[in-house]
Order: sequence, then C-alpha cells, then structure tokens
Amino acid sequence: MTESEIASTAEPMIWARGLRKSFGTGESAFEAVKGIDLDVRRGEAFGFLGPNGAGKSSTMRMIAAVSPVTAGELRILGRDPETDGPAIRARLGVCPQEDTLDSELNVRDNLVIYARYFGIGRADARARADELLELVNLTEKAKAKVDDLSGGMKRRLTIARSLVNRPDLLLLDEPTTGLDPQARHVLWDQLFRLKQQGVTLVITTHYMDEAEQLCDRLVVMDKGVVAAEGSPAALIREHSSREVAELRFGLGDVGADGADGAGANPHETHAADVADLGDRVEVLPDRLLVYSADGDEVLEAVHDRGLRPVATLVRRSTLEDVFLRLTGRTLVD
Amino acid sequence: MSIPAGIPLPLTSVQATWLLVERNIITYRSAWKLFITGFLEPVFYLLSIGIGVGQLIDTFEFNGQTIPYAEFVAPGMLAASAFNGALMDSCFNFFFKLKHLRLYDSVLATPVGTADVARGEVIWGQLRGGSYSAAFLVVMLLLGYIHTWWAVLALPAALLIGFAFSAVAMACTTWFTSWQDFEKVTLVQTPLFLFSATFFPVTAFDGWLRWVVECTPLYRGVVLCRELTTGTVTLDSLVSVVYLMVMGVVGLLVVRKRLDTLLLT
Amino acid sequence: MATTQPTQPAQRTRPAPHPSGRLSTVTAVRRMAPYWLTVSLRTWRGSVVSAFLAPIFYVVAMGVLLGGFIASDRARLEGAPDYLSFIVPGLVAGHAMQTAVADTSWPVFSNFKWNRVYDSMVATPIAVRQVAFAHLFFVWARVTAVCAIFDLVVAPFGVYGSWWGPFAALAAQSLTGLTFATLMYGYACRIETDAAFGVVFRLAIFPLFLFSGAFFPVANLGAVGERVAQLTPLWHGVNLSRMLSLDTVDLSTAAINLAVLLAVAVLGGWWAVSGLEKRMQS
Ligand SMILES: Nc1ncnc2c1ncn2[C@@H]1O[C@H](COP(=O)(O)OP(=O)(O)OP(=O)(O)O)[C@@H](O)[C@H]1O
Ligand SMILES: [Mg+2]
Repeated sequence: MTESEIASTAEPMIWARGLRKSFGTGESAFEAVKGIDLDVRRGEAFGFLGPNGAGKSSTMRMIAAVSPVTAGELRILGRDPETDGPAIRARLGVCPQEDTLDSELNVRDNLVIYARYFGIGRADARARADELLELVNLTEKAKAKVDDLSGGMKRRLTIARSLVNRPDLLLLDEPTTGLDPQARHVLWDQLFRLKQQGVTLVITTHYMDEAEQLCDRLVVMDKGVVAAEGSPAALIREHSSREVAELRFGLGDVGADGADGAGANPHETHAADVADLGDRVEVLPDRLLVYSADGDEVLEAVHDRGLRPVATLVRRSTLEDVFLRLTGRTLVD
Repeated sequence: MSIPAGIPLPLTSVQATWLLVERNIITYRSAWKLFITGFLEPVFYLLSIGIGVGQLIDTFEFNGQTIPYAEFVAPGMLAASAFNGALMDSCFNFFFKLKHLRLYDSVLATPVGTADVARGEVIWGQLRGGSYSAAFLVVMLLLGYIHTWWAVLALPAALLIGFAFSAVAMACTTWFTSWQDFEKVTLVQTPLFLFSATFFPVTAFDGWLRWVVECTPLYRGVVLCRELTTGTVTLDSLVSVVYLMVMGVVGLLVVRKRLDTLLLT
Repeated sequence: MATTQPTQPAQRTRPAPHPSGRLSTVTAVRRMAPYWLTVSLRTWRGSVVSAFLAPIFYVVAMGVLLGGFIASDRARLEGAPDYLSFIVPGLVAGHAMQTAVADTSWPVFSNFKWNRVYDSMVATPIAVRQVAFAHLFFVWARVTAVCAIFDLVVAPFGVYGSWWGPFAALAAQSLTGLTFATLMYGYACRIETDAAFGVVFRLAIFPLFLFSGAFFPVANLGAVGERVAQLTPLWHGVNLSRMLSLDTVDLSTAAINLAVLLAVAVLGGWWAVSGLEKRMQS
C-alpha cells in the first residue's frame, strides 16, 4: 500500500459490532466482554479506561488477533482476524499487560529475534534493535540478561519490542505500569511523536491523567460493557460538574441523627447534611464528594452550617468522577 | 466488508518455521558445552554395555545373521539416543518454554502462527538429534561395526524416530501442568528404553508379551536401525517406517490443535 | 535440671541458650526437621517412579532378561553365582549415588538462587554450617530409605549370599550416597548457572554409573581401564556393596573401600559446608 492509498482508506483501523468474548464453556462459561461497538480511526489515540476485570485486556487481545472472537464482528485494518491473522499481526505492535520477554536471550537479541519474526532481514533487525535501545534508554544494557533488568526496564524493553516492525496500529495494555514518573513522561512524549507520524494508538490504563493526556477519545468499560464514550473533555462535561469539593470527616464525628454512630462511616451520615449544596453527592469510605459548578461556594456553605470536616479540597472534575458516576465505583481500588 | 489492497504477508511458512530454529540456535550459543557432551551419552552406553558387558556374552542371531554383541547393541543405542533426545527436548525444554518462559505468547503476537511453532520446535530438535546420530554412526564405523552401505540410511531412520517421538511427546506435554508430571515421562521412557530389544533380542519375551513389545514404537525404531546397520532389510522395515511417520504426523497435528486452544484464548 | 529455679519459669519451656546465643547443631537440625519432613512428604509421590520403579525396571531388563543370555560363571562374575546377583548390589550402589546427586544438585541451587529457602533459614539463629548439615542429613536419610526399599524388593530374587548380606550392603550403599551427596552439594554451591549441572551429569555422574563396575567386572576394561575405574569412589561403593551382599568379603579390600568412602565423605562434607558459607556471604 502506498502513502496515498493509506490516506484515502476511509476504512476504520478497528471496527467492531456486538463484540463478545467468553472463556470456558457450559456451566463454567464466563463472559468477559458483553457486546461492544468500536470505531477507531486512523491516526487516532484511543483509550480503554476501566477497573480491574472490566474486560480491557480481553478486548485488546481480540484486537491483537491472538484471541478468537466469541461472537459479533471485528475488523482490524479492514480485515477479519479469523482469516487474516498473520497479515494483521504483521502491521501491529503489541505491548501486553504482562511482559513476555524471552529470558533465554539477552536484551538486544530480544529485539533482533522479535524483528526477525516479522520477516525483517538480519541486518535491518540489528540496526532497528540498536535504534530502539537508544529510544528507550537501554543501550548500556544491550548485552544484559533480561532477568537482570529492573521491572521498569523490562517494561521499557517490551515497549521497544512493540515498535520493532514500525506498526500502523500500536496496542498498549497498561504501558506505564511500573515505570517511574520520569520514564512515564518520556514514554508519553514518545507516544505523542508516534501519533504525529500517523500511528494509531490504542491504550488501556487505570490512570486518568494518562488517559486525559494521551487519548483523543476513550471508552469507559465496566463489567464487559461500554459505559460511556467520547473525548475526555466531553465525558467530563457530560457526566460531571465543573468542580468537586472533597470533604473528609473524623471518625468520631457523627452527624446529629446518628445517635449510636460507633463504627459507622461518618461520611455516610453527613451526606444528608450537604446533599442540597451540589448537583450530586458521592459517599466514599474516606471522603464525601460534592459536585458543583463552584466548589469554594460549597465549602463556605458547609462551614456556615457548622460542619467541621478535618480536611477539605476543591478540584476540577476528572475522568475518575465520570467513572464514579457511571459505575458507582472508584477506578483504582 | 471489502478487503483493501493486500497488506503483503511478510513470511512464508518455511521462513516462519526457520525463525523459531534461529531463535533456539542463538540461545544455544552459550550452551555449547551441553551441546557437545550430549553426543557422548550413547557412546558411553555403547562402550559400557556393548563392550564391558559384551565380553560376558558371545554372539546374537539377528534376521539370520550371527553378530557380536556390541554390533547388536550399537544400532539399539542409535535409536534409543534419538528417542531420549527427542523426549528431553519435547518434554522438558518445550514445557519450560511453554509454561515458564511463556515464549509462544509473544511469538504468536507476530505473523508467526501455532503451526510454525510446532514445526520449528520439532525441526530444531531434529537438527540437534540428527547431528548426534551422525556422529554416533561415525563412531560405529571407526569401531568397525558397520559393513554395509545400508547403514547410511540409519541416519534418516534415526531422524524419523526423533521426529515421531518429538511430535507425540510435545503433544503430551501440552497437557502437563507442573513439573511433577514429568514422573509420568520417566514412567514411560524407562521401560521403553530398556525393553524395546535395545540390549537383548526380542526372543527374551514369550507369547503375547513379545507381541506387545513388537507393537511399541521404540521397538520399531530399534529394529529399523538394526536392520539397516546390519544390512538385513526386509519388508518389515517398511512397516516400521510407515508406523513412525504416521505417529509423527498425528502428533504434530495434535500439537498445533492444542497450542491453538492453550494460547489463543 | 538444677539450673531451673522457680523464679525463672520461662526457662522451663525453652532450652537453655548457649552463652553466645549460638545453637548447638543438634538443636538446629531439629528446628529444621519440620521443614525437611514437610518437603519430603509433599514431594515423595513425585519421585516414586524415578526412586523405586525405574531401578526395578533396570533389574528386570539387565539382570533378569539380559542376564538370561549370560553364562553363570563365578570366575567371570567376581564370585557371583549368576549375572543377576552380580548386578543388583552394583545397581543399588549406583542408584544411591544418583539419588544423592539428584537431591543435592538443583534442589540445593534452587534453595539459594530461586526460592531462597536458605536465606530465610539463616535469618534465624541457625548458622549457615548447620543449614548445610541439616540438608545433607535429610538427603542421607532419604537415600538410605530408598536403598533399603530397593534391597527389600530384590530380596525375593535370591540375590544375597547370607541373611546379614542386605543389611551390611545397605550400610555400604548409604555411605556411598552420603559421599556423593557432599560432593555434589559443594559443587552446587560453587557454580554460577544451573547449566553447569548438565555438563557434570553427562561427563561425571553418568560415566561413573556405567563404568564403575555396576554392570560388568572392571577387569573387562583392560588393565589400565581397571586401574582407573578403581580410583573412583563409586567403584569402592559398588565393590563393598557387592562383597557384603554376596558374602565374598576380602577383608583388606573391604578396609580400603571403607577408608576411601569415609575419607571422601569427610572431605566432601568440608567442601559442602565451606561452599555454602562462601555462597551465603556473597
Ligand atoms: N484466559 C482466561 N480464562 C478465564 N477467564 C479470563 C481469562 N482472561 C480473562 N478472564 C476473565 O475475564 C475478565 C476480564 O479480564 P481482563 O483481563 O480483560 O480485565 P482487565 O480489564 O484487563 O483488568 P485489569 O485492569 O486487571 O488488567 C476477568 O474477570 C478475568 O478473570
Ligand atoms: Mg488487563
């Protein structure tokens, strides 16, 4: 395919309708993905956000053409993974959730051999390996054994490995887990560059800041279904207020009506006292969240009512709040 | 849905198969000592049992020929070492790669497929086993145990034995869950090795027992090698060849099917 | 005990500590016993085949079936009435060596490299030296048990020359096992990667098993070969085991066999303990 052909392909990179995934059969069958629709366009950065067990990785593995689709339709680069698996995988870069490095090979050989699996010639494979080692800052470790790398270095090597075939579509399953803050920002920068070069990114993550930074569009997944879809800003606008006032009450501080409140969640009991101050109130084990356009106003009103929270915070709404709204649960538990 | 102008397939299946072999060769570069010493095992057996014990035994009759004990044992060792090597590779090493290294999880994310993995691993095992067999045949020649050109065919015969057992052993390994399962391998391997007419003629068994032994795969391999190195080839040899081929092909098909269910979930 | 006074009730339930806080080796070994017993109980099933069945297969294949083709000639079988009686004591001694080295190779290496059991042991008052003693002691016990069962199973084949033969032979086999356990233990402590085991098994253990007189009289190796074979510790174990089991004891030879095995076991013990001490320091 030539550049112009790529540009002219209106075909979405990923197209799914009613996509389902079940594990096991009969009695013990478990449905991890329960009918989702996806349209990921070329050059887009697309995110899956969701708690543990939401079905993110299961979906990613289907997209990577290594996990057969149970039901529904899926097209990757316009092709059916069931019949065109090898051709699809040839254009894909995959960074799985768990590192699957070859610990019998040294760091550099991991990249060289992986490049060879894509049919890349030996000399090119070596050159590409050195280039990528430079990119992820592992040149000094080229001859080291994989087992001797730190967790974050292994992660970086896995990410480098996913780029070895210059993929059109890059699938990153929790890419920054285990990376230190600096490595994380370096990676974000690199992903941003790849995106500018026209690579389509699909990322799963638990980190809202990551999703907000990187993704043009994302879906919030929960229990195998898509709970909401849109750009981060749109999702926040649609599902949350502009600001949030966080109130933390002391354990002994029980509301007026909670006579024998020993052991009860004080936030539970205070919820009624502040319910009318915002659009919505969420009770968490350690905090009370009051959603409103102006958080400071809420705080003032709280004080006026004689309530004395031990700690308060006013912040902007984030995807976390969207998620809480949609699923009733926090993202990182 | 329309399929856009084809993305070219970067690999033929021959290339893909070879890549697995290439990967194994690289990992083996640092283990060359293990590679070299592997060849010694059948030679030690030959010198110990064939010559040491052989001095206590006169001669054996095989397919109408009277041969010294060492010449009787040597082809048995050739077959048995192909068998032992195949089991070693396809049980221990394959299990390690499948369950501990999780090597194939990453390989299958590339255009390489499960059939390529199965073929690649078997071929790698055969490259190693085949070089041991060839070396062993040279040792036999140097010791003066070979008097016929048929013996040249003993090398492909040993490869066939290795192929058949590699494929079947690999298939069984896909069902293993822990290292404890390897006791089952020993449970099958030791009696096959000892009772397949490797060290003594099958006439040591009577009646139905002999019949059972003659139906076991390693016996077919041992006899095939012995017929070739002693130059007493019969129609029976063809039976052995077909037997081992079918075994290998079936094994390979099962491996592929099992890898599909195990890894492509 | 006289030192136990009513004013110090706590001392009644604990053994009096050594002044420096060190444990006696016996106490230390007893403290590690639950661990080793648990491990053996959990893993014995997994080793039934290689520990018991495989050697029986060898006895039947080589001793009975191949033996059927070998003339029963005492002169050519070091005084054994038939090949079966000849091979059994040798096989058991060889098996003692193989069990011992199997238990002290990867299992030892794993204990400081992979599952790091030793690290957790020396984090208590137990000393490194005592860890090595305890491990060797339990390997020795296991080897002895395995050989005892082997001896018992082959008894119906009528391979012993006297009623005390199997007991005396067991002692020789057990000592052989201990000797090789200490040697392999010391080796395991000194290697960098476990690939080194593959080489030593192929170049040392396996040829020892095949050429130390278990399968055939070492005289069959020729004059030089015989001398070389007689230098190996396994030959001393095999020979002692055979003489005792067949009741063909030659006192001076037996004394030499015993002395060599004991000497190597003592040296091996030192090699093992110093190896582990070095290893745990690094
Ligand atoms: N191979 C499998 N066999 C059986 N169940 C599976 C398998 N893989 C995943 N599941 C189940 O499917 C559900 C979704 O798992 P998945 O890995 O897709 O979640 P996830 O969203 O990636 O979670 P996490 O954030 O923890 O990575 C879980 O309940 C999991 O137990
Ligand atoms: Mg996941």
